Amino acid sequence: MNWCSLPGYWMGFEVLERYGCRLADGFLITLQLVGWSFCLGLLFSLPLALMRLKAPLPVRALLVGYMTVFRGTPLLVQLFLVYYGLGSLRPFWQEMNLWWFFRDPLYCCLFAFTLNTAAYQAEIMRGALQAVPRGLSEAGRALGLSKGVILFKIELPQALMIALRPLGNELIIMVKASALGSLVTLYDLMGATKFAFARSFDLAIYLVAAVVYLALVEAIRRLWAVGERYLTRHLVARA
Amino acid sequence: MSDWVALLSFGPDGWGLALLQGAWITLSVAVVTLPFGLALGLAVALAFRSSSPFWRTAATLYTTVFRGLPELLTLYIIYFGIQLLVEHLIKLAGLQSQFSISPFLAGVVALGLVLAAFSAEVWLGAFNALHKGQVEGASALGLGRFQTFRHIVWPQLLRAALPGLGNNWMVLLKETSLVSVITLQDTMFIATRANVVTKEPFLFFGAAASIYLFFSIVSSIGLWALERRSARGFAPVGRQA
Repeated sequence: MNWCSLPGYWMGFEVLERYGCRLADGFLITLQLVGWSFCLGLLFSLPLALMRLKAPLPVRALLVGYMTVFRGTPLLVQLFLVYYGLGSLRPFWQEMNLWWFFRDPLYCCLFAFTLNTAAYQAEIMRGALQAVPRGLSEAGRALGLSKGVILFKIELPQALMIALRPLGNELIIMVKASALGSLVTLYDLMGATKFAFARSFDLAIYLVAAVVYLALVEAIRRLWAVGERYLTRHLVARA
Repeated sequence: MSDWVALLSFGPDGWGLALLQGAWITLSVAVVTLPFGLALGLAVALAFRSSSPFWRTAATLYTTVFRGLPELLTLYIIYFGIQLLVEHLIKLAGLQSQFSISPFLAGVVALGLVLAAFSAEVWLGAFNALHKGQVEGASALGLGRFQTFRHIVWPQLLRAALPGLGNNWMVLLKETSLVSVITLQDTMFIATRANVVTKEPFLFFGAAASIYLFFSIVSSIGLWALERRSARGFAPVGRQA
């Protein structure tokens, strides 16, 4: 017997015993999907936010368009556009040797989620950068610091601190949104649960998934709060 | 290109009318959910501020659960759960009958429960922004509890909560796309079916995206105007309100 069928065995919950391993695999897929898309989004968000603020007008207009479209439409539509839309261009991708990417629901999810979360995270970064008091960069200029030094040593550290909390919220939103992958045949936690339900018609399996999602979200929320306290510890007034 | 125009037309072969009907359903779900979710959210916020630990714990539990669950999961649990529950009750009553919950109702209940959890935080923030002296002043003037709420607390609460509630509305509008998975024929459902029939995913999911984008942009303009209006007593000196 595998370890992943043990919880169901102990609880005497036959459906969970039978599908426990599928759920565990699904959970890992969910973690991978969320982890990768969030980190990639984070990677893109900073350059996007900086360009959104400082690039010449045509680039800025393009970025405003990108952010408006991806923040103004449901993630589900974006996912279907990638999975069914880009996925329908099979001959083209085969020629480009990219068919392995758009054939796989996991990569399609990763692609759509990254585009989506990058737009949201760029908006968070933009807000954070704009919230840094102007006087700080002016003081840097008065001291004769170069633009790069002002950006990396003065503006960014302050902005990232402001961005921490909304970024944590965005990560939690991504965990919840990853359940949409189940609608494009991905067997993430939600997909595996739907599979088990379709076989057993036992609603309790959804409640198991609910507990797992809740535990994951709570864990992220608390870990993030600890990290945030640590990173802003110099700002906390000593009692 | 002309194929695309024909496919989006309102004629018998076009999907234009179906998409418009879907857009109408999307809007209906959102508009019906809003008052239900906001009222429940206000009730949860009041429970948070209650002096009884029972209500405070209940409110914490409620927001933790419904903010943490994926909306899709909430929707499935409500949709299938209510169905199974009622069938169970029917069986207990010894009756023979089939029951199925309308997808519209299930969608409104599920989205409303989630909206309540998120808007409770917004209401709570607005309560905290309210100066304590306002309520004390009202009681010094001899106003009753209801009068205090209606004339002193509520107008200020609404103004402080408006930006957050506006965000909640934008999120809700996009979340309505989930009801398509429980066969409610909203924008997303129509686009999916049109794609199955015509094999034109870019056209129909693009059309669906445009509909949502249109609603989002109109909403954000409306919210901007509302916020401006609600803050008109606070315009800086020298600026025309």
